[in-house]
Amino acid sequence: MKKVLHTPVSAEDLKDIHVGDVVYLTGHITTCRDVAHRRLIELGRELPIDLDGGAIFHAGPIVRSTKNEDGTETHEMVSLGPTTSMRMEKFEKEFVEQTGVKVIVGKGGMGPNTEAGCKIGPAIHCVFPAGCAVLAATEVEEIEDANWRELGMPETLWTCRVNELGPLIVSIDAEGNNLFEQNKVAYNERKEAVLSDLYEKVHFIK
Amino acid sequence: MENNENLERLTNIVADFTSLVGKRLPDDVAAKLEELSERETNPMAQMIYKTMAANQEKAWELNRPSCQDTGLIQMFVSVGSKFPYIDELADVLKEAVFRATQKAPLRHNTVETFDEKNTYTNVGTKSPWLYWDIVPGDDRVKIHVYMAGGGCSLPGSGKTFMPGEGYEAVVKFVLDLMTSYGLNACPPLMVGIGIGTSIDSAAYMSKLALMRPVGSRNGNPLAAQLEEELIDAIDKVGLGPQGLGGSASVMDVHIENSARHPSVLSCAVNVGCWSHRRGTIVIDSDLNYELLTHKGVEL
Repeated sequence: MKKVLHTPVSAEDLKDIHVGDVVYLTGHITTCRDVAHRRLIELGRELPIDLDGGAIFHAGPIVRSTKNEDGTETHEMVSLGPTTSMRMEKFEKEFVEQTGVKVIVGKGGMGPNTEAGCKIGPAIHCVFPAGCAVLAATEVEEIEDANWRELGMPETLWTCRVNELGPLIVSIDAEGNNLFEQNKVAYNERKEAVLSDLYEKVHFIK
Repeated sequence: MENNENLERLTNIVADFTSLVGKRLPDDVAAKLEELSERETNPMAQMIYKTMAANQEKAWELNRPSCQDTGLIQMFVSVGSKFPYIDELADVLKEAVFRATQKAPLRHNTVETFDEKNTYTNVGTKSPWLYWDIVPGDDRVKIHVYMAGGGCSLPGSGKTFMPGEGYEAVVKFVLDLMTSYGLNACPPLMVGIGIGTSIDSAAYMSKLALMRPVGSRNGNPLAAQLEEELIDAIDKVGLGPQGLGGSASVMDVHIENSARHPSVLSCAVNVGCWSHRRGTIVIDSDLNYELLTHKGVEL
């Protein structure tokens, strides 16, 4: 059965979610990456949106904006793919504490700082399959808000209404378990085994 | 006048082909992903392969770049010495990338170094990055167009070893890269390895290796055997799609090699992500074209 999280997400909602689970998100998610993290944590600027119980997407999308006759703008999500989450690692614990964000979506693993943040929050980090940017874009029903436009298209905080955004693969759960770190241990063990076999096969210089 | 019209036509052919490369994977890569998907037994990995396939279908249906990172454009150009537009070709290719950026659209991925400013056109100093090769007596041009994404360019690295360290050091270098940077470069990967006499030639060959069709083997039987042994070894590490675990880690491993100085053994590695957006086009002197990687597609 499809596990769908609805924003606002509560601590209770995250209780039975574990690393390796697949979830989907319905409600609102805001793109939020390098500069937004830096502004909040390092520069002490308040975010222009309320993320309590909310979700953020480490992503720099392609958005098509058109001017309406009344001067307002309409934004269409063309392409929405995750960017490397590890770049936000140094900010994420404090980010979770200060904003109350519950779901962080990105690409690849994050480290001990985010694990700590997820435990405190509680919050979870999930991976949206990278390279699948058109799929994610079509799961956006509407871009409802755009803040900090001066940062340019990739860094603007685009608040999207989404319907079952996913698959989102849980890589850090609310207990701080980290799927990528667990996998890395296994990968490195297997690597040592295959290398000792390979060494025997490449004595070309003799 | 006629020459100008022909140059205009040539520019549009390359621009349209570049747009196509961003929207549809080459036939060999698409077939390999399908094969890996069918072979996969890990349920999570199966689900990710299905998501990837659905994305590619949607991209084609909606006529959009399949990944938001459309890369910095690199081209390998093999131009015949009798190709009638050889003199203007460099300018044509640059203009073609500019036009593809508007048409596709491509993300703005050309940042001038030192000035650290995005040109917003995808052209800039030595961008697109071009490799040239002259084919004596031929009147055609063959171009590999490659979208070098950020995520899969990051693992690129090389080292020059002492012969005493041997090919043993080479295989360790490759495997270490897979479990460190390769993991986050969107596996299953294309792995290109250059082996030769200095770091520059090894680096060039490692990227050239990524232009070869999936399933092709090095002409030297020992190198070909090592390609297959590396596929087996890296697959056994089990990175799986997205680095989240699975029975395959790579789509293929390609080695390109040259002779070396007796005192050195240089090795470089470049990887391509699963969304390996590479295309090969041949254009003749009458500007008829053939798409070697995207059969049955009209520009």
